[in-house]
Amino acid sequence: MITPNHKAPLTFATIEPDAGLKAALAKPRVDLIAEITASQLKGRGGAGFPTGVKWNLAAAAQADTKYVICNADEGEPGTFKDRVLLSDHADLVFEGMTIGGYAIGSKIGILYLRGEYTYLRAHLDAVLAARRAKGLLGKNVAGKQGFEFDIQIRMGSGAYVCGEETALIESLEGHRGEPRNRPPFPVDTGLNKLPSVVNNVETFAWVTSILVKGSAWFKAIGTQRSTGLKIFSVSGDCKQPGIYEFPMGITVAKMLEAVGGSDAKAVQIGGASGHCVPASEFGRVIAFEDVSTGGSVIVFGAHRDMLHVAKNFLEFFVEESCGQCTPCRDGNPKLLGGVELLEQGRCSMRYLNELSSLGETMQIASKCGLGQSAPNAFLSIVKHFKDELMGRTQGEAH
Amino acid sequence: MADNLNDSTSRAPVSQTGHVIPPVDDEGMIGARVTLTIDGQEVKVPLGTTIHDAAKRAGIHIPTLCAHPDLCMAGLCRVCVVEVEGMRTLQASCAYPVSQPMKIHTHTRKVRQARRHIIDLMLSHHYGECYACGRNNNCELQTLAKEYGVDFFRFGHPDKPMYAKDESSHSVIRDMNKCVLCRRCVRTCIDLQEVGCLEAVDRGDKTKIATFMDKPLADVVCINCGQCINRCPTGALRANDPTDEIWAAIDDPKKHVVIQTAPAPRAAIGECFGLEPGHPLTFELNTAMKLCGFDKVFDTNFTADLTIFEEGAELLLRLQDALKTKKGPVFLPQFTSCSPGWVKYLEHFYPEYIPNLSSAKSPQQMFGAVIKTYYAQLNNLDPKDIVTVALMPCSAKKFECNRPEMTDSGFKDVDYGLTTRELAKMIQEAGIDLPKMAKSDFDSPFGSATGSGVIFGTTGGVMEAALRTVIELVVGIKVENLFDHADIIPLRGMDGIKYVELTIPSVGEVPAILKPLFESWDFLKGVTVKVAVAHGTANAHKVMEDLKNGGPLSQCHFIEFMGCPGGCIGGGGQPIPTSQEIREARAKAIYAEDSAYPIRKSHENPAVLELYTKFLTEGPCGHKSHKLLHTHYTPRGKYIAE
Repeated sequence: MITPNHKAPLTFATIEPDAGLKAALAKPRVDLIAEITASQLKGRGGAGFPTGVKWNLAAAAQADTKYVICNADEGEPGTFKDRVLLSDHADLVFEGMTIGGYAIGSKIGILYLRGEYTYLRAHLDAVLAARRAKGLLGKNVAGKQGFEFDIQIRMGSGAYVCGEETALIESLEGHRGEPRNRPPFPVDTGLNKLPSVVNNVETFAWVTSILVKGSAWFKAIGTQRSTGLKIFSVSGDCKQPGIYEFPMGITVAKMLEAVGGSDAKAVQIGGASGHCVPASEFGRVIAFEDVSTGGSVIVFGAHRDMLHVAKNFLEFFVEESCGQCTPCRDGNPKLLGGVELLEQGRCSMRYLNELSSLGETMQIASKCGLGQSAPNAFLSIVKHFKDELMGRTQGEAH
Repeated sequence: MADNLNDSTSRAPVSQTGHVIPPVDDEGMIGARVTLTIDGQEVKVPLGTTIHDAAKRAGIHIPTLCAHPDLCMAGLCRVCVVEVEGMRTLQASCAYPVSQPMKIHTHTRKVRQARRHIIDLMLSHHYGECYACGRNNNCELQTLAKEYGVDFFRFGHPDKPMYAKDESSHSVIRDMNKCVLCRRCVRTCIDLQEVGCLEAVDRGDKTKIATFMDKPLADVVCINCGQCINRCPTGALRANDPTDEIWAAIDDPKKHVVIQTAPAPRAAIGECFGLEPGHPLTFELNTAMKLCGFDKVFDTNFTADLTIFEEGAELLLRLQDALKTKKGPVFLPQFTSCSPGWVKYLEHFYPEYIPNLSSAKSPQQMFGAVIKTYYAQLNNLDPKDIVTVALMPCSAKKFECNRPEMTDSGFKDVDYGLTTRELAKMIQEAGIDLPKMAKSDFDSPFGSATGSGVIFGTTGGVMEAALRTVIELVVGIKVENLFDHADIIPLRGMDGIKYVELTIPSVGEVPAILKPLFESWDFLKGVTVKVAVAHGTANAHKVMEDLKNGGPLSQCHFIEFMGCPGGCIGGGGQPIPTSQEIREARAKAIYAEDSAYPIRKSHENPAVLELYTKFLTEGPCGHKSHKLLHTHYTPRGKYIAE
């Protein structure tokens, strides 16, 4: 893996090309899905929905056309693992998508590529062309009679919210990138109202790896509820930022040790929509059952101003909210306004409590995951660093 | 045949169309049911019912704002959130179709707090004061604020406007400072009407509803139908209100102010005075308008009957050219032209079909031209001193009367289009309790109207009036021989597209009034006349696409188009709120009026016949008619220069 600071070869570098696809095509579809289900692989984009369950639902859906969509709209602040996977291990990802196509009975794969990653397009097109030339895409994929599958690339246009799967689908249909109501879910009513599986780049790469190394191998790693390995994008105040592979369930402290960030004051896990973990809680584990993440880890050193951190994240959400639902569209600017008052030392405790309560409303009343997680960073910073925030009191406006 | 045309071809995003839950009726319902427990009450509903509708059945009120019974679901304002046991987040009850048993709580602390926050957030962007707003006491945001006990602005309140009002349109005024981004207007414009001149643009806190390139509404493809106004929960959208000018004319002793009243407002105006929909106040309204100070009150139905003559003669001429003389290109089917929303829709989206549009003016414009010529002569009035006001259920009529070509009398034929809502406001301002008024008749010389004129107010009405007349004047038999009570039922009702065929078995004598145009009806003998009716421009869109593709409707001879769902009774100037149920009640009132009239066929209207004897002496489609009662159209296209 071409990152300056990785310590050991990633598992993906050890996977024999096309072995996963061949293993998959040798199985009946039911067994293939059972293998994925047995690995207990959960979506690596951050939401952590069990991949096997998702595929099973899509496979059961009745439709002549279904879609396998790879979500490469990697926009979470502090995440860059999918970019590296696509530049270094694109074959594994496309292989995973092909396996998905076979599993659910789909002929069409779509890679939805983040607009900012346009520079990767030529490389990815070349990888796809090579796969077609080798018979790994197209009719009778890898010699499997009757299995047809091809992959097209569609470009995003720079909206963070299009990483949300239903907004991504709206975008693919040519509409504003805005999340849909759920239910119905994409596995039933997805792109063009047809059953669609949307998975993260990394998820597809793990699917391929699981087919090569077996579900038992994967399941043996990690915790009971969060199995396997995970790729992390580590940035911020640490000695060795970069791409890392760790088993699920690693403690924050252990990860910080590995990246040279042990003296951190806090770590933002899960990007702007994630949680801010203070030093007192570095014993917590990174797993779906505790602190969950799509891969973003941002380390804050002792000198960092946590108010500035909160402000930075809120500015991001004020801009990136799709503007559809009231709590997210109008709530984020209020939280940001509160941070600005705090900066000036003019936010009363009462108003800060009001904003925290608004944040809780946003978490439960927003339409999609973006709005629901937008106040997370603010709320966790307010909770853990209240003294630091209120320390600036000069005069109260609210 | 028209059945498959009634299937949705909506252009709305899948996220919305895929979610339309049809109104569910228990009676005889086959299929799976699911039992919900809402606030401890059990309610059994068909699969796919929304939580909101299920609660309604149990008598539990859940507030909504972005939801509207005519529109596909959105689930975006989040006011209707409820707590579902086992779910981490609250669910938008208007957008959650149930598929399994659930325990739902509609007013827990979390729910109440979330709703209050959401209302407070909306208010923090809603500029203006309720007492200085046209929607005071008829505003859904105001109602919500009241229901949730808002007594201070938790997250502030704007002290200055953010956007300039768009007052460019003759019909619709947009004040985005009052917009709460529920997007009902967007769904109305894109999905219900398939016009698509409004859309949400930008994102995050910069999100706003805008026209193409933020151009003034007058410069985009807006058809002025005003359906967005009818569905706006706040005062962000309203009609261009001429009541100040009308009061000024009434107050001016030199001005002779006449008002013509279309059929649809009388069936609906009671709603502005607390009456249930479907309670007509035709004759009470006449008294009230006189009390307000109008010098004369006329019935637009008079020119509706006149339209039947002019438009009917035009159709028969086209048929004569097509079937008998076979000269020149003949443009069939002929389209009705009385709905100005539809006319502008055609000018924008199907300008190549303008030759199919009847050249007959709408009843409103015919009346204006007749008042400033014939009526002025008759009463020795200088037409420049006459102010003609048209009470219409319609916002597009305001645009229509301002079309530059509508000055055939030598003056502006109709000075002001006044909506039902605006007249109600004038009546209230005059301190008149409309429902309690004594009844009085319309003024002569246009007083007498027919039932055919009345039904112009609802979808299918123009066609029914036309067929009644064609059957009697061409076939030479009584309509009642074919349809009981002369009610042509297949043309009635709220189906999006209706289709009727009628074979002419034999023909009668050409009546004297049409002798200048036709020698005999022989060319119509054995012909199967095919007609269709479409209401709402989404249905018009379907019909036009069918025509373009040479589909079954291209075989029609005559098609009635109305710009608004339900026809005029659902017009953009009608009382708010609106729904299918309300429109059906208004339509019922219209048909009841029709059957109460002693004369029910346009060609029997004595005042119209007198007009042809005394004024339009060359008969329908004669020279004078052409000058005063017919018009031309403007191909506009849908592409707008940046």
